[in-house]
Amino acid sequence: MTVVTHELKASYAFIERNFFLTRRYWGWELAFLVYSVAGALSISLIGVAQGSETLVLSLMIGAIFWNYLSVVFSWIAETISVERWEGTLEYTMMAPIRRSSQLLGSVSYAMVYGFVHTSVIFVALVLFFPQLDLSQANPTTAFTFMLLGSFSFVGIGMIAAILPLLYVERGAQMTFVLQSVLLLVSGVYYPVDILPQWMQVLSRLSPATYVLEGVRAGLIDGTPVNELLFDVWPLLVMGVLFIPFGLWAFGKAERYAKRTGKLKRVG
Amino acid sequence: MTAIPGPELNSGSTGLPDDLRTAGPPALVIDGVSKRFVVGRKKKPVVAISDVSMRLERGDVQGVLGSNGSGKSTLIRLMCGLLTLDEGRVEVFGHDIVRDEMAVKRLINRVSVDAAFFKKLSPMENLLFAARLYGLDGRTAKHDAIAILGRLGISEKRVGRPVEQMSRGMQQKVAIARALLTSPTLLLLDEPTTGLDPRSKLDVQTFIEELKETHDATIVLTTHDLAEAERLCGRITILNDGKVVAEDTPEGLRAMTAIRLGRPATLEDVFMTYTGRSLDDDVEEDESEDD
Repeated sequence: MTVVTHELKASYAFIERNFFLTRRYWGWELAFLVYSVAGALSISLIGVAQGSETLVLSLMIGAIFWNYLSVVFSWIAETISVERWEGTLEYTMMAPIRRSSQLLGSVSYAMVYGFVHTSVIFVALVLFFPQLDLSQANPTTAFTFMLLGSFSFVGIGMIAAILPLLYVERGAQMTFVLQSVLLLVSGVYYPVDILPQWMQVLSRLSPATYVLEGVRAGLIDGTPVNELLFDVWPLLVMGVLFIPFGLWAFGKAERYAKRTGKLKRVG
Repeated sequence: MTAIPGPELNSGSTGLPDDLRTAGPPALVIDGVSKRFVVGRKKKPVVAISDVSMRLERGDVQGVLGSNGSGKSTLIRLMCGLLTLDEGRVEVFGHDIVRDEMAVKRLINRVSVDAAFFKKLSPMENLLFAARLYGLDGRTAKHDAIAILGRLGISEKRVGRPVEQMSRGMQQKVAIARALLTSPTLLLLDEPTTGLDPRSKLDVQTFIEELKETHDATIVLTTHDLAEAERLCGRITILNDGKVVAEDTPEGLRAMTAIRLGRPATLEDVFMTYTGRSLDDDVEEDESEDD
């Protein structure tokens, strides 16, 4: 068996295991989905109350695409904390696989899961607001930004995933706080220029800011991707930098955990 | 005795002739290994393992005895690369654990005292995940898993229900199946029978004994159960405060202790002589920790 085949099989192990987990927790998955649909609807209805179709669309896009990005982020960032919680981390870490294969499997499942989850919310919202005019929408732009945003979020997720390696008890909490900060500064439900100046600096460091700007421009105004390059290049740069950096940092964190004994089960 | 079904755990037997046992590199070499942990900024590092050396030939079953906190589990973690070495070297079948980490990982597996699984998943789902990590294809893994679990007394109809619905003893058997599924040539058993009821303990011990006789996997077994060590292990190392304080066959250890005590010695006498503790002390310590 070639190294590549072995590593692809190992990646598939994580995809299959995560699918098993989703299937086993189907009741919670359904509850989470209902909550996500209800949340997206509630937020979008603020636009209806204001009598602005543009606001409804803007809020809808924020709710839907933040859902996608946060789902992708969570699956990857929790790669370690879930195993630490279950006590399987040491077994996974002593298996003859590369970390890149482990993360590739987690990332692949996260993106497919996020896409399916978000599609259900999207369909529910479109059915709930049949009067919305999407005739100007440019779906190619939306899809492009979603894809580009996925990679940069994957990179941030990898970096966040090392926190539970470094901090046995606090790591998962720190990951949650990081996700909350991204929600706050990325202009999910409001334009980032209403934020205090120092928060606007942070918003420029969040890939979600560029994804949401690009998707809104594509779906509300019908702007093609080639007119949105100022939002494309930061995503490209972040993806190219964050993913290799995430892998490198993960390797460093693993060595630190092995030196200090932090792979041992806690929880 | 019927051979243990399942993957090709290397043919042969631990009753291997000496020339075959010692042909090729030793199964495990631990040479001057030390490990310290920093427990606080202003505190001195705790020495968990100090200058430990061991050598196992292919097919050996080596017991490691010691009180709680003596370094048994740390030593196992060092052998399987879950901890980095501060000093010394570890080689598995000639592969250095630092320089050739992936090769070593392919040769070993471990069963720990806590049967760690995704508790909501079934034994089969957990085993399938583990098998794929070691490069097995799904069909082979399922077939082998059913065979090994069957030998351990877990029927096929039981393998689809969540692990959390199984008893502690059953979970430990699944943990053993997980380790065997990957055909390890060096099997690290870290207190595999601790906390099991007598029946489950006997089942697991019998299985290890069969494994010893029908396959040539080399085994390191840490345990608190002296009878278990005597029954299963060809040689025993006693650890105290991270150091090797005695190492010999069970008979050899008893003979050495008998000379010191001036009377026939049991393995419990050996343990007390070399660690300064009785096993009851450890049990009381465990209970107070639980409280």
